[in-house]
Amino acid sequence: MMQSLLTWLSSWTRLDHLTREVGITLGGIAIALVVASVLVRFLKRLKPERDDMELRLRIRTWWVIAWLFGLAVVLSPKTSVGFLGFVSFLALKEYLSLIPTRRADRRVLFWAYLAIPFQYYWAYSGWYGMFVIFIPVYLFLFLPARMVSIGQTDGFLRAVGTLNWGLMTTVFSLSHTAALLMMKVSETPRVAASWPDTANTVAPGVGLLVLLVLLTQFNDVAQYIWGKSFGRIRVAPRVSPGKTLAGLLGGIGSTVVLATLLGPWLTILDWRRAAMAGVLVAVGGFAGDLSISALKRDLGVKDSGASLPGHGGILDRVDSLTYTAPICFHFVYYCYG
Amino acid sequence: MNNALRYLFFLLVVRPIVLIVLGLNVRRRELLPDEGPAIVVANHNSHLDAIVLMTLFGMGRLKIVHPVTAADYFLKKRWLAWFSTKIIGILPLERNVAGMRSDPLAGICEGLDRGEILILFPEGSRGQPEELAEFRTGIAHLAKRYPQVPIVPVFLHGLGKALPRGEGILVPFFVDIFVGERIEWTGKRDEFMLALETSFDELSHEGHRPEWE
Repeated sequence: MMQSLLTWLSSWTRLDHLTREVGITLGGIAIALVVASVLVRFLKRLKPERDDMELRLRIRTWWVIAWLFGLAVVLSPKTSVGFLGFVSFLALKEYLSLIPTRRADRRVLFWAYLAIPFQYYWAYSGWYGMFVIFIPVYLFLFLPARMVSIGQTDGFLRAVGTLNWGLMTTVFSLSHTAALLMMKVSETPRVAASWPDTANTVAPGVGLLVLLVLLTQFNDVAQYIWGKSFGRIRVAPRVSPGKTLAGLLGGIGSTVVLATLLGPWLTILDWRRAAMAGVLVAVGGFAGDLSISALKRDLGVKDSGASLPGHGGILDRVDSLTYTAPICFHFVYYCYG
Repeated sequence: MNNALRYLFFLLVVRPIVLIVLGLNVRRRELLPDEGPAIVVANHNSHLDAIVLMTLFGMGRLKIVHPVTAADYFLKKRWLAWFSTKIIGILPLERNVAGMRSDPLAGICEGLDRGEILILFPEGSRGQPEELAEFRTGIAHLAKRYPQVPIVPVFLHGLGKALPRGEGILVPFFVDIFVGERIEWTGKRDEFMLALETSFDELSHEGHRPEWE
């Protein structure tokens, strides 16, 4: 009894899944944040009259996110999947709190929440078939049927549409991060895996997940900085006036460069595949960002929530990831899975 | 013993549910009273209202925070009476005051004299979820007796969706909490009630409240 409990507890912390490259990359992220924090202090001294509260809050929240993500990834695959599932829960909760819902559908929403542990379990256990159909087939059919059984037809279509889109983005899409983490390289892959030097040749997932998350967040920041510095031509004036052509192109360029440099060293991707992943992340991240912007504009809110000071809500932070995670996963899975 | 149980219940059950399963978004937390005696007035949609408001004061002040709730409802069954008074720490209030000999507000007054922070729901019952009902005037009597005690209005949004009346399953929703400026006793009951209602009307229109029909 005691023995099995200890075994179970220790299964949440095992460090043998980590590679040296992942450790160095996480250290690099910490250094980048130190640089950002120091830079903000320095700018404050240079121009004391400028209000940098928002920026400082934003960087402080980045620290918290980086710590939590780093810790979850370092401890074990189990804690990583648990952490990612929790992010999905927060995102779905924020989404459902934001959109108009029907009083009658309260219990249907409960079923939607219940889907999260199942979906992440399929990802964790590597049951790929179930993982890809559980939400788009079973839930997308079951939830409307449950609504019908309540018998209220007023607003049925809108309720189905909004709930399904919420599950699609916050649960199905985001759960691809967990699937990427647990991915195994097939014995006959389309592209030969080029393992990083020191890695064991069993678990490619940790490096891939860190690369995906790092590239996605880097792309957000790069698009913002390029747009602020050189942006003139607006690409989506009615959805997100801040998005410019220079931001988009500069973001794509920077992300592809980082992906090509980092990908082959950190993960099983060769430099060609890494560059392609960079393009997918940059374009996908742009689309994901805009789709959440459109959602907020439709609802008439500025931020999706207030859980992350300086950033807004959870959805404001994972907006790009809702597109990049599934796109990148299926690209990698096609090549190596 | 009871105090320890109450402390553990709030630390291990209430706080995880309120802060993780639900999640709070508090506007102007600094307007909440730091110490007792004080009265917090809130709208009432759910059994969760009282415990959510209690968590706003942190574990350190748990000892002095007590919700005032209906005696006829919470003292009806023995185990519920024990749980409400000993673990949640309610101050029971008799709602049907017609023909009552003793002072119905005596319990509340004693609490204020002890320096406690009391949570009151002037709507009197949970009513229709996410709809504001008319306020009862008991709060004005208290304001008259204790003009120096701060009365702070707090508007809650979301708990009527998470756990409305008659439902047993908790469905997670973020809770928006709007704290208003304290309401002063001006000497007239009608003026006081109007000020209170105006304050709630403003607070309830402040944030984004998605349709829920």
